[in-house]
Order: sequence, then C-alpha cells, then structure tokens
Amino acid sequence: MKTVVYDGSFEGFLCAVFDVYEYKLTDVEIVPAHKHQPSMFAEPHFVNHDTKHSDRVWKGLEKKLSLVAQKQVYRAFLSELDGIEDTLLQYIQYAFASETVMEEDYSNKAVLTVFQTAKKVWREKHRMEAFVRFQKTADDLYYAIISPDYNVLPLIAKHFTERYADQRWMIYDAKRKYGSYYDGSNVQNVQIKFSEEVAQGQDISAAYDEDESIYQELWKQYFKSVNIAARKNTKLHIQHMPKRYWKYLPEKQPNLGTGLQERLTNWTYRRA
Amino acid sequence: MNERVLEKLSILADAAKYDVSCSSSGSKRKNENKGLGNAEGMGICHAYTEDGRCVSLLKILLTNHCIFDCAYCVSRKSNDVKRAAFTVQEVVDLTINFYRRNYIEGLFLSSGIFKDPDYTMERLVLIARKLRTEHKFNGYIHLKTIPGASEELIKEAGIYADRLSVNVEMPTEQSLKLLAPDKKREDMIKPMTFLKNEIIANREEQKAIVKAKPQLFAPAGQSTQMVIGATPESDWQILKMSDGFYRHMNLKRVYYSGYVPVSNDNRLPAIGTPVPMIRENRLYQADWLLRFYGFGVDEIVTPDDPFLDMQIDPKLSWALRNLHQFPVDINKADLELIKRIPGIGIQSAQKIWEARKFNKLTWDHLKKFNIATNRAKFFLNMKVQDFQPKDYTPMQIKNFILSASQTKYAANHSPQLQLF
Repeated sequence: MKTVVYDGSFEGFLCAVFDVYEYKLTDVEIVPAHKHQPSMFAEPHFVNHDTKHSDRVWKGLEKKLSLVAQKQVYRAFLSELDGIEDTLLQYIQYAFASETVMEEDYSNKAVLTVFQTAKKVWREKHRMEAFVRFQKTADDLYYAIISPDYNVLPLIAKHFTERYADQRWMIYDAKRKYGSYYDGSNVQNVQIKFSEEVAQGQDISAAYDEDESIYQELWKQYFKSVNIAARKNTKLHIQHMPKRYWKYLPEKQPNLGTGLQERLTNWTYRRA
Repeated sequence: MNERVLEKLSILADAAKYDVSCSSSGSKRKNENKGLGNAEGMGICHAYTEDGRCVSLLKILLTNHCIFDCAYCVSRKSNDVKRAAFTVQEVVDLTINFYRRNYIEGLFLSSGIFKDPDYTMERLVLIARKLRTEHKFNGYIHLKTIPGASEELIKEAGIYADRLSVNVEMPTEQSLKLLAPDKKREDMIKPMTFLKNEIIANREEQKAIVKAKPQLFAPAGQSTQMVIGATPESDWQILKMSDGFYRHMNLKRVYYSGYVPVSNDNRLPAIGTPVPMIRENRLYQADWLLRFYGFGVDEIVTPDDPFLDMQIDPKLSWALRNLHQFPVDINKADLELIKRIPGIGIQSAQKIWEARKFNKLTWDHLKKFNIATNRAKFFLNMKVQDFQPKDYTPMQIKNFILSASQTKYAANHSPQLQLF
C-alpha cells in the first residue's frame, strides 16, 4: 500500500489523483497532510501541487460527468470523512474507465457512497442555512458562529449573499478557524484574530448593538409561545434540531438574568 | 392601548399557532433589487418547537380581538382571554429584525376580525405593502384572506404576498354551521375562486412573451386548512374534499389541524381529550398518496370503509387489500407500480429505476437504498436473506410488520374511547 499525502485542499486532492495516474500508482491511500501518520516502513508519496494538474483532472471529469455528479464529487470531498479520498479516487477511476455514463450506477459501491456522502453534506449545508443566527454588533455587522460536522462554509456563502445583499455579515467556523465575510458587495474567506474579551469569537456580547439582546429575547419568547404543549414530542424535536447545534441557538439557551429582564419589560419601540 | 411588545408577542403568537401551515417554499420572488431577503426556491425551517413542528415564519395575529364566536377557536368573542393588538409598525419591525438575524423566512400574518372584514384585510395588506415597498423586503409573506373582504383588497394582497389562504375550517357545511354560526361556506369559496382565476390569469401572462415581465401574483399559490377531530366527519369525507380542492381550486396544500381542545363547549370534545395526532398523520400520508403517488381517493378509503387504519399507513393498507398485485419484480415493474410498494418512497423508487439499467438489483442493493425493508420484503419477488416468502394472509403480514416495529403512538392506536 502506497500512502499519497496532499495539502488538504480540493485542488490538492485533484493533484493527488493526477499523480496516481502519472506514476501509475496502484493500491494507494490518499490522506491530507494533517491526518498523515508517518510510518517507519514505507515512504509516502508527496503530491506535486500544480494547478495545471488539478485543472487537467477536473476538465477530464467535466467531460465524463454531469453537472450534478461534479457537484457530488466536490460535496463528498467537503465531508472530510476518513477515507473519502479513496472512495472518490475509485469513483473517478470508474468514471474515466467507463465508456458510458456511470454516475447513476448505484450498484457500484463508490458511486453509492459518493452519492450518499454528498447528500449528508448537502443536508448539513441546508441545516446551516437554517441554524445560522446573526448577532448584530454596534458597527452594524451581523456576526454568526458555527461549528458544522462537515466543511460546509464554502457551500453556504452564496445563499447568504443572495439573501442579505444589503447588510454586512460574517459567518465564522469555530471548528476550522476561518470565516466568510461579506462587505456589501463581495464575499471572501478570512482568518480572524479575536481580542481576549470575545472568547475566540464565542461570546461577542460586549460588542452588541444596543437592541441585540432584546431581539434575542423576543425571539426566545416567540419560540416558547408557538409551542403547543398538548402536542409535546421531544424525540421529533431533537431529530430535527440535533443537540450538537444548540449551543449557538439563542432559543435553546437558558433564561436571562434579571438585569436584562428589567430592561426588556421597560423597553418599547422607539418608533412606535 | 400601550401594551409592551413582549407581552403582545406572547399573546398573538400563542393565538396564531393553531394555524398549521408553515410552508415558505414555492415562491419565485428573487432578490433583484439588492434589497433584503430572497424567497426563491425551497423554504427553510429555522427552528423546531418542542412539539416537533417547523418554525419557518413569524406566525402571528395582528390582533386577537374578534367579532366572531367560532366554538373551536381560542380567540372566539365569548372566550375570556387577554386581548392584544400590534401596530402596523411593530409587525414590520419584528419581521425585518427577525429576518436580518436569520431567525425566519418571512411573515405569516393572520388576524381576528375587528370591526368588519374589509377593515381587517386593509391592515394586513398595509403591512405587506410597507414591507415590500419601504423596506425592499423579498422574504416570504403569507397573508390570510379574510372571508368577506372585497375583491380589490384581495387582489392587492396577491400583489404583495407570496401565498394567500382562506381556511375552510370544517370538513362539511353542517359542521361549520354548528360551530361557526357567523361564518358561511360561500364566503370562503368565493375569495378562493376569485384567487384561483387571478392566479391562473397571472401564470398565463408570465408565460406569454411580452416586453415587460408582469408583476408576480401570489407566486406560491393558495392553501387552506381544516380542523379535524372536532366533528364526526369520516376520513373519506375529508379526503374527498381535499381531492376536490386540489382538482378544482388548484390549491397547493390542504392542511389538517388535529383539534386541540380549547373549550368546555358541549358541542366539542372536552378539554383533556388527546389531540388526534395519529389521525392527522395518516391524513397527511393519504394526502401525499393523492398528490405524488398517483392514488385516487377511492383506492385509499371508501364510503363503506370510510376511516383510515390507525395502526398502519394508508399505502400498506392498500397493498394488503390488493395482494393480487404482488409480489412485484423490481427489475421489471413500471415505476408507477414500484412507487406503490410499501416501504419504498418516491426517491428510492427513482433510484431503483435508474440503477437497474446497469445491474440486476438484489436485496443487498435495496438495503443500501434506505428502503423500509421490514415492510417491503413481503411485497417483492426476490431472494431476501433470512426471510422465506409464503402465502401469508393480509392479517398475518400486518401482524408481522406491527410486531417488528415500534411506535410512539401505540397507546393512541385504539380508536375506542378510553374512559378510565
């Protein structure tokens, strides 16, 4: 077994595929550098990172696969699951070897796994579009923090750009330590150095807009009021809103302290 | 009147929650003006209540003051509850601020009827107009059509809203007369028919090649809702009615709202009676069979056997009555028939249909397609591991399936009234 080590990016993975063909490697496992454990007995192959190589592999796939299947390959890659690179390699090898369209051959293990993994990633992408909760800061930035199982941030930026075209926003992936920032016209990936008082970006209440806490409380009240106690169904609730997502949802946080409660009671719309 | 917003929100969200629709999909409204929001494409459930229902829209009443006295309604005139009313600006601000924080897909606005239908409808339309024109809001708006409101107002509502709905409330006219003496069936059917014609005309215009694209008009169509379990109608009557709405009114959805006892009125089930959740669930399953699986109402229930089986789903029920159509060879059968196999949904059926072009499918393939194997295995003409097909009777199959599955509803299965 030959271990092929790449840099962890999608382009890097495509370069790895290129090398598998270029060096006629057989019986390989492709691993990203951060997961690679050096072995005493075998020398790994380090991938040549060259955009010409990745472009060539991708162009080849574009000829073999429909747009839907191309997206599935990318989405499955973003799952970051152990061994997904090897499944994708099998899928790509099948695609290049096949005379006919193979992407709906679900009786093939790699095709089915890529399909199902892409679907899982897509489901979490959809969940993130649902569970992102922006907090408005005093300088009119809408900030949200997430830590998804899969690396879905590249997939959700488009959705939020279309939706919030007129507001500045940032979504920060605390697990992978990078964010997407929209400045009112463009989105870019950013690394952030948080100041100490915001706890690695986990608690930015010090920077809140003055009405932010109030809208969070109104939302929590709304969430409570729409529940029909006679129909309680905790199992279904948790199935739809798995507990691992709760930490960033204001409606699932415990009740507030008395100080805010008082502010809220006395608060009315200034424009009312 | 100067009630605090928080209290108003709790009262007016609480009063609106019995309206079950929360759909925010099917609109075509894009964010093309660099404004706020986008209602194109599929809807999103941003949260789920502890009863497991989707929270997609800010669903509130403008007010729960009401001049009507419908027995099943928590806001009925004679009910002693706290009353509140939002101002137009309050609703607009809540919608915008919730939307900007990604809490919601938009607004579902309904109202108790104060003064008269036109006066109420005017306020609803005003809020929608403000959101669309002053705030460039492209999120989803669902407005209730108030029965008896004028056609001009309903038409204006259609220009700003993505979806409109008139609730028929009760499955039959007799029940409506008994429980909602102020409401008339014709007051509901009239605006529904008016909207149907407007929507059809608008869709034709959209299709025609013209220079200026015509304005959107209720792009997500219209829907309705009825309360079930408050009155003695059978599932056959209910499904016949839904089928009629789908066929003749082009409705996108009919919602079934299991009656939550909110009154000691002796025309209604007493407070403490369980909500008929399992029946509601079976009705939705039957509704899906009508809309997506090509079933007719009479295949699901008949006047002679007018109630759905509470223990098993309506598709399995149909299959057990029609065992002569099984077993099915999934490598040869039509897609339409594959869709009718218990335990196989539309997506799995599609996958089977595609995959069998490459290979003869076996039980191992099927298992990986995530079908409900414990139901499907009785209806397939293939080798299934650890399972020997025999000439079972429908009752035997039903018992096998029931004993192999668990349901949280077991206690509610019996349609018998539990007295003690």
